[in-house]
Amino acid sequence: MKNKLRVLRAEFELTQADLAERAGVSRQTINAIEKGKFDPSLPLAFTFSKIFNKKIEEIFILE
Amino acid sequence: MEKKLEFKKTNYKLMIWTFSWVATLALVTFGQIFIWTEENKYISIIGLILNVLVGIGMIYTNRDLLTKMDELQRKIHLESMAITLGLSVIFGIAYSTCDSLNIIPFDAEISILVIFIGLCYLTSVLIGNRRYS
Repeated sequence: MKNKLRVLRAEFELTQADLAERAGVSRQTINAIEKGKFDPSLPLAFTFSKIFNKKIEEIFILE
Repeated sequence: MEKKLEFKKTNYKLMIWTFSWVATLALVTFGQIFIWTEENKYISIIGLILNVLVGIGMIYTNRDLLTKMDELQRKIHLESMAITLGLSVIFGIAYSTCDSLNIIPFDAEISILVIFIGLCYLTSVLIGNRRYS
């Protein structure tokens, strides 16, 4: 699954560590999601949606 | 931050349980040789029961630790456990069969299997971490 996490992170001026802290996951998880190596669970996707104030479909794109 | 602290706390608890399990096993194994005699088998039996109970505590704490991991870490560890279980069953039985058929000139020792399990799990976790980095 593609995602716009890196772009949104830059817009909000967050490091991977900052986003990991806010989302309650490890920086490794954020890095893996951004690289498309790992798809987040639904609760985590909702967490990202809340952090960036965007709909899940605006952050994640099903290939 | 709270999740990280909880994870660290549970990780520490697991370390204590694991150390206790190893310590009780060592006590039973060497106790009968150096502390009490073979005639006092009941002490060994009590020691073994204690070892099993501590082992069960260790298993529960390990499961608790898994629930406190974040989803990627949990995925890596569960995949590693699956690979380790599969390989241990296959190679463990093959190793035992080698002993039964006298293919190997020595008795199959369970300690070899335990070391194999540990190495399998460690290698799988390292490969998993590398795959998702």
